[in-house]
Amino acid sequence: MDGDVPMNAASEGASKQAVVYATDYLNKLSGEKIERECKTRLQEGCDELILNFSQTELVNSVGVSILLGIIDSAAVRGARVVFSDVKEDTVELFDMLGVTKHVSLRES
Amino acid sequence: MADERNRLIHTFGALAELGEEVSNKQSFQDTMRTSLHLLLGSLAIMRGGVARYSPFGHELNMLAMRGFRDDFPIALSLCQEDERQFLANGLYPIEVSQAKVLPFFQVYDHSFEQSGLELFVPLVVHEEPVGAVFLGQKATGEPYTSYDREIICAMARHIGVAILQRNMMAELERRAEENRKLYENLRMTYNDTVKAFAAAIDRKDKYTEGHSVRVGKYSEIIAEELGWKEQEVEGAAVAGYLHDIGKITVERKIINAPYRINAKESSELNKHPGVGYEILMPISHPYSDVPLAAKYHHERLDGRGYPDGLFDREIPYIAKIVNLADSFDAMTTDRPYKRRRPANEVFADLQRNSGKQFAPEIVQAFFKGMYNELTGVSKEKRFRRLLGREYMETEGIIPMLTNAMNGIAPASNLTFLH
Ligand SMILES: [Fe+2]
Repeated sequence: MDGDVPMNAASEGASKQAVVYATDYLNKLSGEKIERECKTRLQEGCDELILNFSQTELVNSVGVSILLGIIDSAAVRGARVVFSDVKEDTVELFDMLGVTKHVSLRES
Repeated sequence: MADERNRLIHTFGALAELGEEVSNKQSFQDTMRTSLHLLLGSLAIMRGGVARYSPFGHELNMLAMRGFRDDFPIALSLCQEDERQFLANGLYPIEVSQAKVLPFFQVYDHSFEQSGLELFVPLVVHEEPVGAVFLGQKATGEPYTSYDREIICAMARHIGVAILQRNMMAELERRAEENRKLYENLRMTYNDTVKAFAAAIDRKDKYTEGHSVRVGKYSEIIAEELGWKEQEVEGAAVAGYLHDIGKITVERKIINAPYRINAKESSELNKHPGVGYEILMPISHPYSDVPLAAKYHHERLDGRGYPDGLFDREIPYIAKIVNLADSFDAMTTDRPYKRRRPANEVFADLQRNSGKQFAPEIVQAFFKGMYNELTGVSKEKRFRRLLGREYMETEGIIPMLTNAMNGIAPASNLTFLH
């Protein structure tokens, strides 16, 4: 696994549920690391992937694309995706784009 | 209404970022991946890919993709009919489900269906096909609107331009490489010609066979020791090879005279630097100082040389190098009227004449080259080949050389007089 991933995407628990922090790196190409981290969790058998947005101020198009990649991977493996602590503006954006159709929202 | 405004802000943000992205100087691969993310993220499209068109293979080569199945082809071939249709379509998205009449969509029907592709966008820039964009369904599950298609069109244009730029850069690099090879060939031809000339000069003088070649090699060693660049070192070697080219016009019997020549003969011989210059001047050399080396290789720092009696700083540097190489070879080879001189005498002569005939730092560089070979610092055996094993194995040659090196004044005492 990529050594510096935890810096961008801290994760806890590897069994059934996994929490990955989206952070602001999500908006750049380096955000692909978060996608890889999520894929690793899914491969390890996690069936509920929780993406925590508490440290994410704004999600741009790159971020949306990376999130869709994660959602797609989870769907293929039949895992649930939960977005937690998403800022209100971001929720609106996700709603408008149809992202929220594929995930559940939660406050931690 | 607010929703519509947010949508606009989001998509135009992506468009602006894409414009920035493609003009960024990062790697092409990264540009393509980021561009794909921006396009997919702007309209929340679940899957997608970007391909580059190869006019040689008539195929589309995948550059970046997201969400496609692992067995999605990385190269997709096109037939003429496909190409014609894509060119006509320009950047406008084609509905995959409605394009089954084209061979392309028949051949890859299965792959496209498996990966859930909905739109195919031919990338055409300046009426040239450069690639394609593949798009899956939107996260909303709704069909693409005409507004979406406009956005896709605009973003696809950016991606197409980036690919075209990359193609042009690659073409430029290829031509530069071709030029480099051509130049390399020319340089080799030139160097071969120079060596052939050197051999021709030396053949005129049976006692000094190989003289020009050796002077070339010694000049090369000196230039290297002085820390010159590869190209300049090559130039020094060429200057050495050709320094005596003027001798081809001097009568053979004067050059080969087995005695010390008289004043008239000597003035005839002394014309060879000027003649050499005349011969070399009209030729365009890859190195600038070659004719000067021929003209001034018999000048001395103290002004007692010929043809112009120049002093130290007036003498071109290359000529000083060739002068030392020339003198050293004259001392260490048998001549019509005398035998080669032993190493101790030669070193003492060079040391004594440093600052008079020779530039001290050039003598020092030359000695250092020899010292490095004698002590094994340099693994090359150049001096051994030029002087013979026996000469280089003269008893006590290393202390003799160190002595001479230590005895050289750091700079010419004439340097500041002029
Ligand atoms: Fe000469």
